[in-house]
Amino acid sequence: MTARRAGLVACTTCCKVHHPGEATCLRCGSPLHSRDPAGLQNVWAWWIAGLIMYIPANIYPMLRTASLGHETQNTIIGGVFELIAYNSYGVALIVFIASVIIPVGKFVAIAFLALSINRASILSARARLHLYEVVEFIGRWSMLDVFVVAILSALVQFEFVANVHPGIAAVSFALSVAFTMLSAQSFDPRLIWDTDEADPT
Amino acid sequence: MDVDGLIACPACDALHYVVDVPNNAQASCHRCEEVLFAPKPDAMTRVVMLAATALILMITAVFFPFLDLSAGGFEQRSSVLDAITAFSDGLLLPLSFAVAALIVILPALRLIAILYAIGPMMIGYAPARHATAAFRFAQVLRPWSMAEIFIVGVAVALVKVGGLATVAIGPAFWAFVALVVVTTLNDTVMCRLTIWKTLEDRSRY
Ligand SMILES: [Zn+2]
Ligand SMILES: [Zn+2]
Repeated sequence: MTARRAGLVACTTCCKVHHPGEATCLRCGSPLHSRDPAGLQNVWAWWIAGLIMYIPANIYPMLRTASLGHETQNTIIGGVFELIAYNSYGVALIVFIASVIIPVGKFVAIAFLALSINRASILSARARLHLYEVVEFIGRWSMLDVFVVAILSALVQFEFVANVHPGIAAVSFALSVAFTMLSAQSFDPRLIWDTDEADPT
Repeated sequence: MDVDGLIACPACDALHYVVDVPNNAQASCHRCEEVLFAPKPDAMTRVVMLAATALILMITAVFFPFLDLSAGGFEQRSSVLDAITAFSDGLLLPLSFAVAALIVILPALRLIAILYAIGPMMIGYAPARHATAAFRFAQVLRPWSMAEIFIVGVAVALVKVGGLATVAIGPAFWAFVALVVVTTLNDTVMCRLTIWKTLEDRSRY
């Protein structure tokens, strides 16, 4: 039995159950929705904003390194190749996962979850909930590369010898990560279960 | 229908009767297996202690030197504050604010909100005014507190400059590592549902 089928409204912040008609939770004060009607729309709006920001993040330089009067620029992928050139395979893999695999996987996963609502899906509801939890847990880690750029820019300031400055891609990448986090947070996982509402539990 | 004896799973909306869950045990949703209750003994005291420790570590981490870099006769000492202000030239200024918010301001606010919501209940009985709003705020801030990601970022940055310069790790780095450990401990001790119920029970005196 679910709260919705019982004609009740549940708070997703503190789990308290309410009679319909209550606008905010009596225990914690969060806004109450049986299912937020604008929720899915917000998911897509943030998703698109995140995708738009992800494009310049990959084209423009993330890092500008000036060494003895000669400047090199590095994109996200360029930074990964540079680490491979230094034989730092492990770290290259971490950066590649955080800045390429996680963001791309997140776009695909959120779109898949949003599209699977009210349809028969190839994944069970429980599997889709796990997918959602993984997206929520791991998505924040994409911010890693932005922090690396910030730390390098602060550390490497040696006049002519070596100088590191952040590039414009750092801004669009940070925005892209923030927007996809908002997209995932707008998704109401309870929608996943509404399709098989007919089951007897 | 008496709704006070019921809770609904936040992940799948399944209804459950509220039962007493013993300390160190867990109660999960029968439908989606989400952990609903995970009470720990003396949780309130431990949460407050850990949050206070984390806040002190945070202050240490921000103001003490973080890393010490030397190359070709130059030496560069930087604190977390320097990393934050690295973006401060022109167009990238908003990014400075964002980095400051994610690694220092939001984690600090979250710790203060937890202390404010639970601290008075640990010392006395009744929660402070607006304690529920403070605890809700702490819950909203959780995904945006990225101190642990920052630490991994430092490690990656160290590898990147490894060929270029010699790096010495400062006290603030260890303070930050400790901060991450303490915050993780805090999140495992804190059972949100138990705290919400306690806040509610003790608000109506
Ligand atoms: Zn609530
Ligand atoms: Zn559930």
